[in-house]
Amino acid sequence: MEDPSIKVSNISHSYGNVKALDDISFGVSRGELFGFIGPDGAGKTTLFHILATLLLPEKGTASVEGLDVVKDFKKIRKILGYMPGRFSLYMDLSVEENLWFYATIFGTTVEENYDQIREIYSQIEPFRKRRAGKLSGGMKQKLALCCALIHKPAILFLDEPTTGVDAVSRMEFWEMLRRLKESNITILVSTPYMDEASLCDRVALIQDGKIMKISTPAEVVSEYPNELWSVESKDIYRLLQDLQVYPGVKSVHAFGHAAHLACEKEALPANLLREYLACKGHEEIGISRIQPNIEDCFMELMINK
Amino acid sequence: MTNNDNIITVKNLVKKFGHFVANDHLTFEVRKGEIFGFLGANGAGKTTAIRILCGLSYPTSGEVKVAGFDIYSQRDQIKRNIGYMSQKFSLYDDLTVYENIRFYAGIYGLSRKEIESRAGSLMKRLNLEDAKDKLIRDIPQGWKQKLAFSVAIIHDPKIVFLDEPTGGVDPITRRQFWNLIYEAARDGITVFVTTHYMDEAEYCDRVTIMVDGKIAALDTPPVLKKKYDAANMNEVFLKLARVKVEA
Repeated sequence: MEDPSIKVSNISHSYGNVKALDDISFGVSRGELFGFIGPDGAGKTTLFHILATLLLPEKGTASVEGLDVVKDFKKIRKILGYMPGRFSLYMDLSVEENLWFYATIFGTTVEENYDQIREIYSQIEPFRKRRAGKLSGGMKQKLALCCALIHKPAILFLDEPTTGVDAVSRMEFWEMLRRLKESNITILVSTPYMDEASLCDRVALIQDGKIMKISTPAEVVSEYPNELWSVESKDIYRLLQDLQVYPGVKSVHAFGHAAHLACEKEALPANLLREYLACKGHEEIGISRIQPNIEDCFMELMINK
Repeated sequence: MTNNDNIITVKNLVKKFGHFVANDHLTFEVRKGEIFGFLGANGAGKTTAIRILCGLSYPTSGEVKVAGFDIYSQRDQIKRNIGYMSQKFSLYDDLTVYENIRFYAGIYGLSRKEIESRAGSLMKRLNLEDAKDKLIRDIPQGWKQKLAFSVAIIHDPKIVFLDEPTGGVDPITRRQFWNLIYEAARDGITVFVTTHYMDEAEYCDRVTIMVDGKIAALDTPPVLKKKYDAANMNEVFLKLARVKVEA
């Protein structure tokens, strides 16, 4: 990768005995939408703190737009938009006051960079006199994004922007990110929702401070080592238990109304499995071959790490 | 179905904050022993309704009975018969595993003897015996989640309310957590759960979807999917909740 927008080399960081980040390295190209996918405690926020120059890394180096996160922290802060996991808004200021505040801090005005936020801000503008604390979750999220963008940053950091947000607002938020990408801004976003991974250009799957895989979502899925089947029955809980003990099965996980069953390639004769389940008294049995999703891949990597 | 099979009965529940109607004539029943999913967009009125069901807030009007007790006059009995767990607050970080169990069991009025025996069997079941004297802040997130759920039902409540119990949890722990929910339901505890993970809606016996303070849908997942011509509950949710957003 030539001239990357973000470059991280061998970063480690601990809190006491807990290794939050363990020898992390990766690069992000300019204009890329790069996702950090992992549960709470995986190290996502620590990494954001280091890249946003809020925390000195114990080991390793990192640069943002060619600037070193330790030496050039003042310059980095000027070109960075950062939306932390907990909302960055002042709850007792109104919508427009929050926006003015952030514009002023960065030595600009809302008018000057209005183009950058027009599309998102127009959705909350009707409430511009309302205090941020009185907004719904989805609207707070939009305002926080506007505040992070108001100084036209070259890079945007979004730490779990969709956590605790309902499915509709989550979808809208990702639509906003995709439109933002057109202005060639580099976006680093973290999320515990596996289904959001497919909306990124590339993803890093992380767990316990380690990167398990970095790839495009399509490659992550294509490198899944097992054969995967979707199995349905009326009683999903009993189905999971019965599949667990079926010979040749590597793993069984509930996925909504179906169970995802992983086995070695070409190892599962579906008709025999159907017979077995029928003997166990299952009704409305459905068995079909499926492609894995990111969550299947993530769990496979967790088990075999 | 007779009324005796219902553990929660809600009739025409209205809750207003000034002019804002957070709950607009909710009517529904929750059956004994079922896993009841309570879904809705942010701001749809879920938390308001849960607070009322837990006896933490009075309705503006309407009839509500929880575990056979009246929400206006028997709130103390209600609180003794329910458990509650949320993602945001559950365990005390600077107490040990054992101290947390003892604390919650004590609050729910279990005797010293009962506390001893239940704490022991609980730690054994969760494989936490070796972590007995560890501080909560030092144990992995997944353990915390399971422990938080177990202390929420340590007093054998008739109902347990779970408010986004799996937010931010890794996918394997999330599924193990649902196994605990199934086990509790099998032991006869009614489970009332909210979640933003739509695949989890599929694990519920019945699902309510709140939109704009009203119940927009209430049925089993298969019936809802059929009714809204959807492949999964995520589509059902988007179809119902999106209407409001676009309006």
